[in-house]
Amino acid sequence: MENLEQLVTQAVADFAQASEPAKLEEAKARYLGKDGSLTGLLKGLGKLPPEERKSAGAAINVAKEKVEAALASRRDELRRVQLEAQLAAEALDVTLPGRGQTRGTLHPVMRTLDRIEQLFRSIGFDVADGPEIETDWHNFTALNTPENHPARSMHDTFYLLDEAGKVQEDVLLRTHTSPVQVRYMLAHVERHKHLEHMPEIRVIAPGRVYRVDSDATHSPMFHQVEGLWVGENVSFADLKGVVADFLRRFFESDDLRVRFRPSFFPFTEPSAEIDVAFMSGPLEGRWLEIAGCGMVHPNVLRFGGIDPEKYTGFAFGMGPDRLTMLRYGIGDLRLFFDGDLRFLSQFH
Amino acid sequence: MQFPESWLRALVNPPLSTAELCHLLTMAGLEVEETLPVAPAFSNIVVARVLSVEKHPDADKLKLCKVDTGEHGVLQIVCGAPNVAAEMVVPCALVGAKLPGLEIKKAKVRGLDSFGMLCSARELGLSDDHGGLLPLPDDAPIGQDVRKYLNLDDTLITLKLTPNRADCLSLTGIAREVAALTGAPLSLPEVQPVAPAHQDTRAVVLDAPDACPRYCGRIVRGVNAKAPTPDWMRQRIERCGVRSISALVDVTNYVMLELGQPLHAFDDARLQGAIHVRYPQAGEALMLLNEQKVAPAADTALIADDARALAMAGVMGGEESGINNATTDLFLESAFFPPVVIAGKARALGFSSDASYRYERGVDFELQRKAMERATQLILDICGGTPGPIVEAVATDKLPLRKSVTLRTARAARVLGIEFTAAQIEKLMAGLGFAYRRDGDDFVVTPPSHRFDMEIEEDLIEEIARLHGYDNIPSVPPKGPLAMLPVSESRRSPMQARRLMAERGFHEVVNFSFVDAAWEKDFAGNDAPIVLANPIASQMGVMRTTLIGGLVGTLVANRKRQNERVRAFEVGRCFLREPAAAPVPGFRQPLRLGAIGAGNVLPEQWGAPARRTDFFDLKGDLEALFAPRYLGFEKVEHPSLHPGRSATVLLDGKSIGVLGELHPLWVQKYDLGAAPTVFEIDLDTLLATQMPEYREVSRYPAVVRDIALVVSQEQALQPLLDAMKAAAPAIVLEVCLFDVFQGKGLPEGQKSLAFRVVMQDTARTLADAEVDAAVAALIEAAKVKFGASLRN
Repeated sequence: MENLEQLVTQAVADFAQASEPAKLEEAKARYLGKDGSLTGLLKGLGKLPPEERKSAGAAINVAKEKVEAALASRRDELRRVQLEAQLAAEALDVTLPGRGQTRGTLHPVMRTLDRIEQLFRSIGFDVADGPEIETDWHNFTALNTPENHPARSMHDTFYLLDEAGKVQEDVLLRTHTSPVQVRYMLAHVERHKHLEHMPEIRVIAPGRVYRVDSDATHSPMFHQVEGLWVGENVSFADLKGVVADFLRRFFESDDLRVRFRPSFFPFTEPSAEIDVAFMSGPLEGRWLEIAGCGMVHPNVLRFGGIDPEKYTGFAFGMGPDRLTMLRYGIGDLRLFFDGDLRFLSQFH
Repeated sequence: MQFPESWLRALVNPPLSTAELCHLLTMAGLEVEETLPVAPAFSNIVVARVLSVEKHPDADKLKLCKVDTGEHGVLQIVCGAPNVAAEMVVPCALVGAKLPGLEIKKAKVRGLDSFGMLCSARELGLSDDHGGLLPLPDDAPIGQDVRKYLNLDDTLITLKLTPNRADCLSLTGIAREVAALTGAPLSLPEVQPVAPAHQDTRAVVLDAPDACPRYCGRIVRGVNAKAPTPDWMRQRIERCGVRSISALVDVTNYVMLELGQPLHAFDDARLQGAIHVRYPQAGEALMLLNEQKVAPAADTALIADDARALAMAGVMGGEESGINNATTDLFLESAFFPPVVIAGKARALGFSSDASYRYERGVDFELQRKAMERATQLILDICGGTPGPIVEAVATDKLPLRKSVTLRTARAARVLGIEFTAAQIEKLMAGLGFAYRRDGDDFVVTPPSHRFDMEIEEDLIEEIARLHGYDNIPSVPPKGPLAMLPVSESRRSPMQARRLMAERGFHEVVNFSFVDAAWEKDFAGNDAPIVLANPIASQMGVMRTTLIGGLVGTLVANRKRQNERVRAFEVGRCFLREPAAAPVPGFRQPLRLGAIGAGNVLPEQWGAPARRTDFFDLKGDLEALFAPRYLGFEKVEHPSLHPGRSATVLLDGKSIGVLGELHPLWVQKYDLGAAPTVFEIDLDTLLATQMPEYREVSRYPAVVRDIALVVSQEQALQPLLDAMKAAAPAIVLEVCLFDVFQGKGLPEGQKSLAFRVVMQDTARTLADAEVDAAVAALIEAAKVKFGASLRN
């Protein structure tokens, strides 16, 4: 029996010595293989006297189990070590950059227009569009600005040549988005003419506009957003409410100060200029002109096919370029139009 | 309109600070654009007389002066000014005086004590003149504070007036407004008729009464044209930004600034016979005071005498009939020209004048006689002379009408959104000085002759709101019927289309809609673009018909900034002549989406090999944009594109745009290095999308077979694939090209196309026979139409 215990101890020691699976299997063969010492002992049982055979067999089996357990444990151990080595070998530099395409960007002014659209949609405004080569009638006359009206000189207008090379009098590059008001009203009235009560008009019209002007604060092409709300009892107080609410939401600033002061536009009466003042930041406390607005002039409503006695409405026009500059602190309007990806790619 | 605050305060003086007054004006619609102090802050500078001047014993350029400063005593001051002289009256800064950037202390100058400083105009911040001391008039009170003496505690206020407020283009008008806003009393200068001292007159004939319904003329004889303009007058007009020229001219300008009536003075000796207001005769020319020779257009009103044209009515006088220093007899004009007669006339000649600016916006048509009397009196006071009687020609029926306008209290309340009582409105009307008659809660208002902007009820409502104060109208959260807006699943917005592009790595640019004519020629083959009549620059001279030019411009600009990898897109309109176009006849203005890809497909990175963007990269972007809809592509020739590498893009069989590699000619001409790939499509086709269509997912196994077909190298894939798909039985889910091979093992001029065919049925497992039959059908279709053979 002494002998068996020694043999087990020796086997455990041999297994522990085996540093790799092949060596472990060799060591196993020495004990449990065909010619292994334990196998030999089991084979030799038959030669023992019957009365010893049982107890000796039990003792050998105990020893065999011990050796097998030691073997299994060592196999696990070696597998674990091997796996660890493999994992260590497979480790990545997780700080290397990811692979593939990067995201592009919307133009910063489009970001602004997107937010304007979302804000106005949230109170039920539709979004409309209009032509940029516009008729003189829609751009001026229908907006209560007849020929030779001094207000026409407020807009330095681009005109086109006809095919014979003569200035074409009846069309121009629109100087504002206001002509969309007239187009929208006419279409709205036509669409609902069979109804007794015309539904309200609530619409904004963003787009490009053009004026003969070019310096650090003026671009010959820029953006505007027109807004129009016509209904049976739409008032100046509503106008103030909507525009002030919009500006505070747009700038995400509840303490933004907004003021309305009398001004003049041929297509609104009363008219107002809207100023804002921020309560913090680099422009703190300064009044900044941000939009023009007013109650739609009765003549404009009439041109739109709407009875000004029955309906009233307000309109506003603002410059999303300027809103964008104020929002992000951009100092030069020209950056919007020169396609510099170093600038544009910042607006993720 | 610029004016000194002190002049306004002389007419109306409400108890408000300068800042409060300016705020009041701004909030009443007379926007204060700028305020500037007349002089910078300084103190302790008094009027002083130089008693004696001696040479400084130790300095060549310095002088030792004794200066009388009145109550401050006689001081010894060392002075270096070249013009210092005994008896001269000058500003003297006393010890302790503070000047811009300087404090005066008792000093030793080259060994001699100096108790102050004699000042130049520049040292006081009044002008840039540093030629010497500022000489003051001999009668200036010695010892008086210079600020007070020169009226320097004054502010220049500049108003940015809207075109409807011509009535505020004068101090009287602004004062009237301030009085209405504050209730402060008005004290306007009294104007008395000047009694004629002789009976000489010139007849005035209104040949064109519509152009001039009222004309007042008067001869003043024996004036001294060389008389100096009094300081108070010069100061006032100069502080209004008008240059002092001579007393006679200054008086006409002064009255214009004071009352708002432009005046003109003719040299009576240079006139012949009667004065006419008429339209030009054929071939008539006129030399204006600004030495511009004009041939007036037929609708330009002229002032003429019996012999010739003298002046452009309401715009500018003529060179040959104007006054000068030798003039002794004047013919003074004070006339009313309606806005429509004057509007645009000066502008058409490329200038503006104070007179035309006022006339085209509207001058009070009852002001002419008063202004004439006021000017006459001032001329007599300053230049002497004897006045004749006023000749006034009037075409009453051509004067502007002041139709009465009804203002309903309820309407005002409805438009403004506040409660208003008739009593409140009555009070505001009275403040404005508008004549009205009450009819219950209605007001029948007759607007005054100085207001040209009171034509309808809303105009009066604005006046009410202005005086009430826009600030006092509440901001009301809007109320309206709540109806949901449609949210379509089969149409996306332009903004969503933009986002799709951004997700694919493109940056949005906004390029000008007007471009260089060369771009149109190169990128659209357009020799007859829509030309701007008045472009801002020649390279922005024509309207674009393609976005490609602008996108190439974006690439050029970024390459200049050392950025070779450009993925950019634009959403914008193009402009094409098309007679039947709507909504603006003659001009089709489609919104398009254009994109450019140049440089490497991926940004510089370690984990993917660098590869230049090519045709198939942008094709992939396009296909992804339109998915799940299927795009077709056909080879096409396009002026901007490589003829072998460009395609028209088809959706439902209709061309919606182009895709291709830029033509090598333009790559070279625009120095682009390597060819970029571009596409341009009609945006509308991208906005229309489709709702997802659900198809049952099969529980049975799919069968996959690969087939390789050998076809001619010229064979385009798409027709072949289309034909195979058309011939495929229903069990074929997908036929997908996965390899293109040419070279070893294939006959010359042939290529091999390898397809993976996926087959499946939703109801059962496929039998070998039907799979074989399906594959055979595909192969057969390719064989029959395209001569394809199976590759072994």
